[in-house]
Amino acid sequence: MDIVDLGRLQFAITTIFHFVFVPISIGLSLLVAIMETMYVVKKNDLYKKMAKFWGTFLLINFAVGIVTGIMQEFQFGMNWSDFSRFVGDVFGTPLAIEALLAFFLESTFIGLWVFGWDRLSKGVHLACIWLVSIGTILSALWILAANSFMQQPVGFAINNGRAEMVDFFALLTNGQLLYEFPHTVFAAFATGAFLVAGISAWKLLKKQDVTFFVQSFKIAIVVALISSLAIAQFGHGQAQYLVATQPMKMAASEGLWETSSDPAPWTVFATIDPEKQENGFEIKIPYLLSVLTYNSLSGSVPGMLELQAEYEKTYGPGNYIPPVRTTFWSFRIMVAGGSAMILLALYGAYLALRKKLEQPNKRFMQLMVAGISLPFIANSAGWIMTEVGRQPWTVFGLLRVEDSVSPSISTGEVWFSLIAFTTIYLILLCLLAYLFARVAKKGPDMDSHGDVEDLQLQDPFDRVRSERYGA
Amino acid sequence: MELNELWFLLIAVLFTGFFFLEGFDFGVGMATRLLSRNDLQTRVLINTIGPFWDANEVWLITAAGAMFAAFPEWYSTMFSGYYLVLTLILLALIGRGVAFEFRGKGKGEAWKKTWDAAILIGSFVPPMLFGMVFASLVKGVPIDQNMEMTAGFSDIVNGYSLWAGVTVTGLCLLHGLNFISLRTVGELREKSRVLAAKLLPMQAVLMAVLVGWTVMVTDLFERQGILLTAAVLLGAVAFVLARHFLRQGREGWAFGMTGAMILLTFVSMFIGLFPRVMVSTIDSAFDLTLYNAASSPYTLKAMTIVAAVLLPFVLAYQAWSYFVFHKRVTEKDHLEY
Repeated sequence: MDIVDLGRLQFAITTIFHFVFVPISIGLSLLVAIMETMYVVKKNDLYKKMAKFWGTFLLINFAVGIVTGIMQEFQFGMNWSDFSRFVGDVFGTPLAIEALLAFFLESTFIGLWVFGWDRLSKGVHLACIWLVSIGTILSALWILAANSFMQQPVGFAINNGRAEMVDFFALLTNGQLLYEFPHTVFAAFATGAFLVAGISAWKLLKKQDVTFFVQSFKIAIVVALISSLAIAQFGHGQAQYLVATQPMKMAASEGLWETSSDPAPWTVFATIDPEKQENGFEIKIPYLLSVLTYNSLSGSVPGMLELQAEYEKTYGPGNYIPPVRTTFWSFRIMVAGGSAMILLALYGAYLALRKKLEQPNKRFMQLMVAGISLPFIANSAGWIMTEVGRQPWTVFGLLRVEDSVSPSISTGEVWFSLIAFTTIYLILLCLLAYLFARVAKKGPDMDSHGDVEDLQLQDPFDRVRSERYGA
Repeated sequence: MELNELWFLLIAVLFTGFFFLEGFDFGVGMATRLLSRNDLQTRVLINTIGPFWDANEVWLITAAGAMFAAFPEWYSTMFSGYYLVLTLILLALIGRGVAFEFRGKGKGEAWKKTWDAAILIGSFVPPMLFGMVFASLVKGVPIDQNMEMTAGFSDIVNGYSLWAGVTVTGLCLLHGLNFISLRTVGELREKSRVLAAKLLPMQAVLMAVLVGWTVMVTDLFERQGILLTAAVLLGAVAFVLARHFLRQGREGWAFGMTGAMILLTFVSMFIGLFPRVMVSTIDSAFDLTLYNAASSPYTLKAMTIVAAVLLPFVLAYQAWSYFVFHKRVTEKDHLEY
């Protein structure tokens, strides 16, 4: 593999790993904030217990999210220095603001929240978790503003051989951002909600702490339902926007080589042959692509071959078709995941409304446990589609991936960091899963240090005596 | 003041602030092995920095973000140039960050021992490597006409940079020990104060040699002789006062003095660099300066407005969080970690 492929692989791995933890942080901090609000409003200690229990998951995850995030920021300079030189003037600003506005907020107030239960008044303590939640959302806003610039560059002019910012507010009103931000943030809310609902379902199946987990499930399922519907709504808007701004990505995600007929059918399944630039076997639903794209029963969607010819005219010779199979299937996996989330949330909300959670429907509850994985699958697939579908561009229409890489680094260096980080990420993922399972197993009446502490607090001579005499 | 200079100043403040703040929590991380007799004491030690270490680390992230936005060429040259060093720093920070959170939530002795090791290594490696990075930065690294840095092993790892690494690490340890004696009671408080007093003379030697070495291998003192000499003298005063306050048991003041040493060290470095941000050993015409490495005036202006609006809040709530947790940590407290 050459340095561009290695850099891309590292970017993909870093981003996907980081985006396992980030949505959990965003989603869980919202849920914990809601729970603590209910505690303060209803003055019922059950909700305080809930905030603390689910807060433990938040904290474990938060640490991992932060440390993987540093790599996310550093790798632009480390692996992609020519990219950073070219767009730093525009791209660096949202990143710096993200740190200044969001990271400080999250990290300071999570510290106050964890250690402040006995030192802050109820209201101030509640404000802390809301500030954490707002911080995580602001963080998403700014990083997505940066990403949206890569999808659709706005507010810049090319001067001195680089992109220079000419309109700061254009970055924030980027049409791409107006869809990408709510779509991603609701996906994050859903991730936290399905995690809480799934773990609650698991505990309800075991009939442990029923009151506690019924209540947790109820809060989570409401958030899950609202979020998964909103994801679909904004996702739909984003797809329509895509046809106008990045038609090649849209065509690739539909596996559409030739421009479609009018009305356009939607392809459910296709065997794609990128070499011959055609599809083999296809299953299609008539009219649906027109409906999805234009909200109407007519209208054709441009295909990749036509767009390729058009792009060659604009940008010069080259291959402008992204990896079609990856884009096509990641899109379908995302949509399938999102649809399954809506169905699960709907049925879960129905059960909660009919007060049937105490005697759970076993099959459904098992599905909810498995459903924890759905948002992660959909999130990853969504990012793969967004980033792979943009190929061969790093910044659409401005800078190609092969021109973005650092000239001064060696493949050996990237191999080293790639292997080191991937190994450590895998370890972190396993540890996170292990700790989540452990905290869940212990339930809400946990004490984190319980196991080891008792031994060490004893007088060592007592221990010898008790072993010897069995006292 | 021009905006380029203002942003150079802000980035200098962010890096210096990072070493002042994360400096003591690195120090506490290193001291866990030196001071604690049992798990409970280790927990007390970690809990002294519990509410703070995370926000302290954000100073580094913000410094890097500000470099990216205000001086993209500096960010690009430095981050790709120090590729392996930064990789190692990141690995250490990753291990350390999760270790605080994980060590109390797993099961068994081996689990805790592993994370204690991660805390130790993760607290030792970053100041050591950052010391080396900044030493080689002021000494100069090969940077060509395209602003590409092509450093070999000996450009980054050499006697001078290693000495600087050890000195910065020692400063952090000393600073951390003073923080511990400020935040704990009883045995830990006493032990850390005694150890700090013991380490202080050694640190003075490390520092003095570093200053001499800097005079020899860099042009910092040639360029800013008066200011840097003043900084060295102030540093010497800080050492003497630190010793005095440690003997008297006035821990807050002693902590202030080690903090002053860190501030003086990094401020001197940035003063000596000014108006350069990176020094080229190939040709001084290839030096990166705060002009040729900067963003456009529009971007700097936009960033300045944003920073002017946000910074007062950030500083205020961070100060408040230190105020909330100003009481000493005891073994009877709720220990989160």
